[in-house]
Amino acid sequence: MTKPVVSLAQVTIRFAGDSGDGMQLTGDRFTMDTASLGNDLSTLPNFPAEIRAPAGTVLGVSSFQLHFADHHVQTPGDAPDVLVAMNPAALKANIKDVARGATIIVDKDEFTTRNLAKVGYETNPLDDGSLESYKVHAVGLTSLTVAALSELSLSRKDAERSKNMFALGLLTWMYHRPTESTEIFLKAKFANKPDILEANLLAYRTGWNYGETTEDFSVTYDIAKAQMPPGKYRNISGNSAMAYGLIAASQRSGLKLFLGSYPITPASDILHELSKHKKFGVISFQAEDEIAAIGSALGASYGGALGITTTSGPGVTLKSEMIGLGVMLELPLIIIDVQRGGPSTGLPTKTEQADLLQAMFGRNGESPVAVIAPSHASDCFAIALEAARIATTYRVPVFILSDGYIANGSEPWKIPDIDSLPDMRVEFAKTQEDFLPYLRDPKTLARPWAIPGTKGIEHRIGGLEKADKTGEISYEPANHDLMVRARAAKVAGIEVPDLVVEDPSGDATVLVLGWGSTFGPISAAIEGLRNDGERVAQAHLRYLNPFPKNLGEVLNKYPKVIVPEMNLGQLAMLLRAQFLKDVISFNQVRGLPFTTAELMETTMGVLHA
Amino acid sequence: MPDVALTKKDFTSDQEVRWCPGCGDYSILSTMQAFLPELGIPRENIVFISGIGCSSRFPYYLETFGMHSIHGRAPTIASGLAISRPDLTVFVITGDGDALSIGGNHLIHTLRRNVELKILLFNNRIYGLTKGQYSPTSEQGKITKSSPLGSLDTPFNPISLALGAEATFVARSVDSDRKHLTEILRAAAAHKGSALIEIFQNCPIFNEGAFDIVKDNDTKGASLLHLNHGQPIKSETHGLIRENGALKVVALSGVNETDLVIHNAHDDDPAYAFALSRLSGSALDYVPVGIFRDVERAGYGSLVNDQVNEIIAKQGAGDLSQLLNSGDTWIVE
Ligand SMILES: Cc1ncc(C[n+]2csc(CCOP(=O)(O)OP(=O)(O)O)c2C)c(N)n1
Ligand code: SF4
Ligand SMILES: [Mg+2]
Repeated sequence: MTKPVVSLAQVTIRFAGDSGDGMQLTGDRFTMDTASLGNDLSTLPNFPAEIRAPAGTVLGVSSFQLHFADHHVQTPGDAPDVLVAMNPAALKANIKDVARGATIIVDKDEFTTRNLAKVGYETNPLDDGSLESYKVHAVGLTSLTVAALSELSLSRKDAERSKNMFALGLLTWMYHRPTESTEIFLKAKFANKPDILEANLLAYRTGWNYGETTEDFSVTYDIAKAQMPPGKYRNISGNSAMAYGLIAASQRSGLKLFLGSYPITPASDILHELSKHKKFGVISFQAEDEIAAIGSALGASYGGALGITTTSGPGVTLKSEMIGLGVMLELPLIIIDVQRGGPSTGLPTKTEQADLLQAMFGRNGESPVAVIAPSHASDCFAIALEAARIATTYRVPVFILSDGYIANGSEPWKIPDIDSLPDMRVEFAKTQEDFLPYLRDPKTLARPWAIPGTKGIEHRIGGLEKADKTGEISYEPANHDLMVRARAAKVAGIEVPDLVVEDPSGDATVLVLGWGSTFGPISAAIEGLRNDGERVAQAHLRYLNPFPKNLGEVLNKYPKVIVPEMNLGQLAMLLRAQFLKDVISFNQVRGLPFTTAELMETTMGVLHA
Repeated sequence: MPDVALTKKDFTSDQEVRWCPGCGDYSILSTMQAFLPELGIPRENIVFISGIGCSSRFPYYLETFGMHSIHGRAPTIASGLAISRPDLTVFVITGDGDALSIGGNHLIHTLRRNVELKILLFNNRIYGLTKGQYSPTSEQGKITKSSPLGSLDTPFNPISLALGAEATFVARSVDSDRKHLTEILRAAAAHKGSALIEIFQNCPIFNEGAFDIVKDNDTKGASLLHLNHGQPIKSETHGLIRENGALKVVALSGVNETDLVIHNAHDDDPAYAFALSRLSGSALDYVPVGIFRDVERAGYGSLVNDQVNEIIAKQGAGDLSQLLNSGDTWIVE
């Protein structure tokens, strides 16, 4: 390194290009290299639903944003400090998010008259002055890559495809990231394609050298390690953490993991991940549809397995009737809804939290289930264990409401010590005389988990109303009333930890209460407000049904409670209904997480109303 | 094996049976209760899973494990159970509406996978429980509450459908023929993968006499073409010959016994069984009963479990700590 080094506290970089440009891979690699340097980080992949939307169009732009710092990071960052735009469409789609003064690196080879016209640029923004207030580096990413690979016997098209590695090499140089792990990664990925491997490695190294030698880039940047609790770390996405959590639950409970699933964005990666781990005894069953997926999970659960189904909103809709059966049969069942924009097919690749009321009420009859939600990507590990605890202890369907942001976003995760995980062993009903399949445990109100193969307790269950204790069919009015209330009481009585309120000054009058993936953005906003001297309290709900026992008390303590949600006020509706508290809803459904800035602004408005 | 041989009584639950008098479901139940002891399987290892419909009440009356689930979805629940618990013997009880209408998708996929399930499809050619609407097996033109001018739907032939869905065991029997049904149940129990048995079942309330032609002493002799592996296919009066490559029913009086088609239930080519299934249309003039097809193919549950066991044999059982610590990791001091 020969160029001056500037130290920064944090940087947000966005890689943007055509769906076919490999931006997700580029972002992933930069993330891994950044994580291993010890920076804290948070990521936001954002891609179109189409696998290959028309090339060069704004619709087809795929991006990956990464925020990394020498301190604790809560969000993927509001506005990028650096935008890498692989073509005019990527510039057009992203420029509105880039603050003036920020750095923009573009592939100038792609700024042809034709490509510019395709996205409606009448003049070339690289020389019409419209980017004057940015630091623009117009680099011939394509031509430099092709020139570097000219010795290889590759078609021009194949050579061009390595330009993302050129860009990655350049950024790696700029931010002093290590190169070894990406080289190892490429060698593994293209082990069977030596030509492509050589091209990628060469492009990557050429990009790095380009930074070092060209005058266009005069400084490099260094971001010191973040202070993190000591331990061993890895970077993990929400979906991977969820899959690991489910495997951990299976190992700690001794129950066979049975996943019944039907592919759907953004949940499929949990199915993919679990399918890789059959040596843990995992059975992953790709069913013919969502109904069969959950049906098979319930059947497995009936047989004594940990029955799980993974899906997104449209799939939940199809599963409703089977969830109702799970409520009636009082068997453990885990339903993971990785929420996306709705209704209907909606926005398959964008995030939203609008399935809360569906999870709560989307079934016929009085049909209570437990509902919990992870707060951030690595929290999915813990939430999966928690879902298994509730499902097996109370013999009840449990919803996990993750979402696209949590599922695809990633962050460093301190790898837990296996021995610190809870012991989750369960007891099945044993051989006995006069077995009563619906005799409730006085403490949990759960009925016995009575699995086939156990001598002497043969019995029949089903979706028709059950008689108390015997479980026989009953149409008795008083019995139905009793059983409806018993099922409700069981769910209401699930033990969950109290809500923790963070109120450092101790005298805040405004509480910001969130749930699910808004945790990061809200935390960042609160931190910003407190740094500005504001007094504001924060609490975050992981348990949505039942709510923590102290929630009413918390709501009463704060005159004003702001509830930010990526829906039109679903948690707010539940809070109003249950606690008669007129909370202040703050909502947006743009398919993206809240920005720190908008949350700060809204909270400021309430603080100083 | 159970300590003492079980009897029919051991498989009879204490629940009062609630079908209409004369319903064909009674005789199927009684045949099943009498047959189960012969399997030599302990009661606790047998599970009956049904959907919704009159027929789907069946599990309540058997002293085994049982689940009366939701409409059309029994094969899904049974699949999850059978795959994760290969030690169990799992039956699916379903009706023509349950299996072929709302649950049609699950039926075909279960059959193509060849999940280790014995599926009993009670075909009364009507929706019984909802009081008599036409079903996917009702003949076109049927007058019912929901088709006062005659139904317009072309019916399914469940046997043809199952064969088209790659089923490895497909058979047909009749509710009142205890002996025949028992034979079929025996063969189905011995079969490794999915077995589909269509059972003609009379619903005296909403579709009385639908199967008279194959039940009445006057007509059944002529109508029922018996499928016995290795035997010529014939009824009392008619037999099956091959003419220009097609199967044809002819009067026995006009042919030599040696010209009759010899049944081969193990024929790899499903086209033969399919051709047999087409002999009976809605009119039931000639109805093959017995086992149309019985071929060997690995059961899905065993494939799933083999895959798991093989990877464990090769790489050892998964180690949670190793999994969590895999990939790029780094230490913060
Ligand atoms: C989701 C759903 N839709 C509709 C029904 C009403 N339903 C119950 S049984 C049935 C048809 C049953 O016909 P079939 O399967 O032939 O059984 P059968 O009563 O004839 O034995 C219908 C439509 C239901 N229980 N659930
Ligand atoms: S309605 Fe028909 S099928 Fe249902 S119980 Fe009565 S006779 Fe049997
Ligand atoms: Mg019917």
